[in-house]
Amino acid sequence: MESTQANPGLLCSPEDSQRTLYPYVTGTSVVALKYKDGILMAADMGGSYGSTLRYKSVERMKPIGKHSLLGASGEISDFQELLKYLDELILYDNMWDDGNSLGPKEIHNYLTRVMYNRRNKFDPLWNSLVLGGVKKGQKYLGMVSMIGVNFEDNHVATGFGNHLARPILRDEWREDLSFEEGVKLLEKCMRVLLYRDRSAVNKLQIAKITEEGVTISQPYALRTFWGFSAFQNPTAGAEGSW
Amino acid sequence: MTKQHANWSPYDNNGGSVVAIAGADYCVVAADTRMSTGYSILTRGYSKICKLADKSFMASSGFQADVKALQKHLSAKHLIYQHQHNKQMSCPAMAQLLSNTLYYKRFFPYYAFNVLGGLDNEGKGCVFTYDAVGSYERVGYSAQGSGSTLIMPFLDNQLKSPSPLLLPAVDAVTPLSEGEAIDLVKTVFASATERDIYTGDRLEIVVLNADGTRYEYMELRKD
Repeated sequence: MESTQANPGLLCSPEDSQRTLYPYVTGTSVVALKYKDGILMAADMGGSYGSTLRYKSVERMKPIGKHSLLGASGEISDFQELLKYLDELILYDNMWDDGNSLGPKEIHNYLTRVMYNRRNKFDPLWNSLVLGGVKKGQKYLGMVSMIGVNFEDNHVATGFGNHLARPILRDEWREDLSFEEGVKLLEKCMRVLLYRDRSAVNKLQIAKITEEGVTISQPYALRTFWGFSAFQNPTAGAEGSW
Repeated sequence: MTKQHANWSPYDNNGGSVVAIAGADYCVVAADTRMSTGYSILTRGYSKICKLADKSFMASSGFQADVKALQKHLSAKHLIYQHQHNKQMSCPAMAQLLSNTLYYKRFFPYYAFNVLGGLDNEGKGCVFTYDAVGSYERVGYSAQGSGSTLIMPFLDNQLKSPSPLLLPAVDAVTPLSEGEAIDLVKTVFASATERDIYTGDRLEIVVLNADGTRYEYMELRKD
């Protein structure tokens, strides 16, 4: 969901800037939805270095505090830096030892402010973040982009997921999905992304957050089907092509 | 050698239209609830209207992160005002504050297109319309945002506002009743939704009058 407008010229010309100009190691889409007991989130484990699949075991979803789960796409090192900021935030929150803890709404607001402030300094954290959680029975699911655009909704997706997964979710999501239904719906989205997103990798994790806490699944692969007759003899209709 | 870079822009347009109409003893502020980026819809249920004070509602279209920051900034300023003056800010006072806040960032603007609607100290409806860097004017009605070019001419036609050049000055506040103004707003958004891809999903209307504040909603086309 990065903004793709033309070069603003004088504002950030490459020769003068010492700040982030483009991302290096990136993660692709994160997809999440609200279900009966909380939030379900899915992300694959790939870290691409341009067109090379450099890292294949990147955990792009992490629990934050007691009530939240953060998923990130975009630059992995910027995600790691955000985790450091959040670590400090949660630490100070715990040190008050007053029985209160930061919920997903608060973490989402904090992340929005951090992303917006970095954008104001022309040194963005190159991520699209998905923040989900449950606190006192209230489910929350929100998104922040790298320039600070934020919103909450019943289902969210970053990057390619916005184009490929959101339409499926708009059609098939309903209130109070069971865990199995939610996972099936997420897997349907991830499968489409696997087929159609060049940077997707067939090794994913699904994370669940409920009032009880966070569970992130072991990595697993989706079943794919390539046995279409049209793939059998692809050059049958055009002799000489490959 | 010039490096390849990803052409990052600090701005984005998240679309949407906002309208406000001032009446003799009421004010209507309305906005659609669609938030977009490029050709995608991010969410269908995002409110663009913010209550800054009891009698001041701001509706803003443009870059959502800047709009949010602007709303937070003004709300914070209003809280301090209340602590120092033991009263709410009047709508004209909020109008000036908004203008100054926008101009403060004249050289890295808030990409926000605002209309401020409310009741002045006499209980009459007031609407103020802005550009991104703080030029503002009190008017009888206004539209901003992606559908403004479609909406404004229609409002000009229906509300038949007297020329601001007339002397003595003639009030631009519409003689329409509250119900008629709300119907006009609904019509105007339904039409804008037809032709503006960034306007649609749902319409949120805030009505301010002597009895208080009321919210109304209407479904719009989702395509």
